[in-house]
Amino acid sequence: MKYLCLVYVEEKNLEALPSAEFAALDAESLAYDDEIRKSGQLLAAHALQPVQAATTLRVRRGKLSTTDGPFAETKEQLGGFVLIEAKDLNDAIRIASGLPSARLGSIEVRPVRDLQQHEPWAGRK
Amino acid sequence: MSEETANAISEVVDTLYRTDSRRILATLIRLLGDFDLAEEALHNAFTAALQQWPRDGLPANPRAWLVSAGRFRAIDGLRRRARFDASLTELTRQLDTGPDPAAIDQPEVEDDRLRLIFVCCHPALPPDAQVALTLREVCGLTTEEIAHAFLTFAPTVAQRIVRAKAKIRDAHIPYEVPSRADLPSRLDTVLHVIYLVFNEGYSASSGASVTRHDLSQEAIRLARLLIELFPQPEPEAEGLLALMLLHESRRAARTSAAGELVLLADQDRSLWNREQITEGAALVKRALSSRGYGPYALQAAIAALHAEAPTSSATDWAEIAALYDVLMRADPSPVVELNRAVAVAMRDGPQPGLDLIDEILARGDLQNYHFVYSARADLCRQLGRTDEARAAYERALSLARQEPEQRFLRQRLAELHG
Repeated sequence: MKYLCLVYVEEKNLEALPSAEFAALDAESLAYDDEIRKSGQLLAAHALQPVQAATTLRVRRGKLSTTDGPFAETKEQLGGFVLIEAKDLNDAIRIASGLPSARLGSIEVRPVRDLQQHEPWAGRK
Repeated sequence: MSEETANAISEVVDTLYRTDSRRILATLIRLLGDFDLAEEALHNAFTAALQQWPRDGLPANPRAWLVSAGRFRAIDGLRRRARFDASLTELTRQLDTGPDPAAIDQPEVEDDRLRLIFVCCHPALPPDAQVALTLREVCGLTTEEIAHAFLTFAPTVAQRIVRAKAKIRDAHIPYEVPSRADLPSRLDTVLHVIYLVFNEGYSASSGASVTRHDLSQEAIRLARLLIELFPQPEPEAEGLLALMLLHESRRAARTSAAGELVLLADQDRSLWNREQITEGAALVKRALSSRGYGPYALQAAIAALHAEAPTSSATDWAEIAALYDVLMRADPSPVVELNRAVAVAMRDGPQPGLDLIDEILARGDLQNYHFVYSARADLCRQLGRTDEARAAYERALSLARQEPEQRFLRQRLAELHG
């Protein structure tokens, strides 16, 4: 079972971090990635550039429109993601709670829907 | 078989349903891995028992028979459906090779009930869904009963339960008792759900009657079950059971014959349930003497001091205030602070208590909590500050949602005018 751990942080909290602490957070995050990679549960992990670098696009009636910025203006922004292989939700929560950024922001844990296995989207009745 | 025997057997089935259906359901959920499938299987198993037992006689182990019958029928049904829906083939195969329910041992079955409680109270589910799901699956209440108890509509409750089950399935919430490391925080959620159920029964948040007895009974039963199922003593679970018993012991004295609210100080203490007080006090003693007690055991200790006092004036207010100090360190909150202020007023007089209440209000806490204004009003009244007392009673009245509370506050206001 794959879970995507979406890391949300308030970017102004990140901006406010002294550079030594920022570097320490990066190093700690890399070390934790290594730890779960060793147990075979890390599939992919990346941090993201801030939302000022984001572009949002939509295609409507065949026409592409692009706008500057993130999809939604919210207090917390998507700061990174970790794709993991976990036994079940409790296992995923255990792994996600070890992410160093969980202390700074919040982590949304979402089960992945496998398109190749034609897994139905649970929102459809 | 005579009609008499048939009747006797249908009575046995009835009794089994009442005493064991939740246990059997818990095991079927583990074996089938799906709530809805398990509920259907439970229903089918009891139907089969009503048909077969009068003919074949009572099985040696009725509960194991029901589990086997339920599982067999569920797999059979799936197999038939799999002919039309290929996605069920794999599920059917997995279930078919699953453990043989005839070989189920007793501890495993008891663990199923604990698993069920922890799944229903999983923190990934919204709190109102945790409560609804626990009452439905663990206690066996119908959605109509739950809706009635919470003054809401059955379709609302049903939808909450459907969504919760969907989340359990889609997010793969496992059917397990949490590991030792996760247990304290997960147990907190379970205890919180039980306490929510109790409070809704003890002090319904709105409506015409002050108490809804059945929910309190259900909560006490749940806490007993939890304690019984845990292999080692859990001081906070014992503390919660004690707290609920000690509150419950005063039920008969809390309202007058006319349905009016009676304050603790004015209650007829001979109406208090001694049996519940004795059991509650013993549990408190046990919880406090073990390591790892917390807010529930401390609140229970305070309730025990009230319960054991012969009169309101003979209450050990110094000890109560001291326990609130400990509680403020263990689990600080404005509500605890307010209760502490009232205890301080009883120990040191109205002025020091009033100062503490005004501190809370000045900070901006509890602005819409009617108890803070009625407590303030009461202390102002004792100090002869009638205008302030009136203003505070009026504010409390505008915030109180329960009819008996509103009548009580109006009565106090009228006494002030007189």
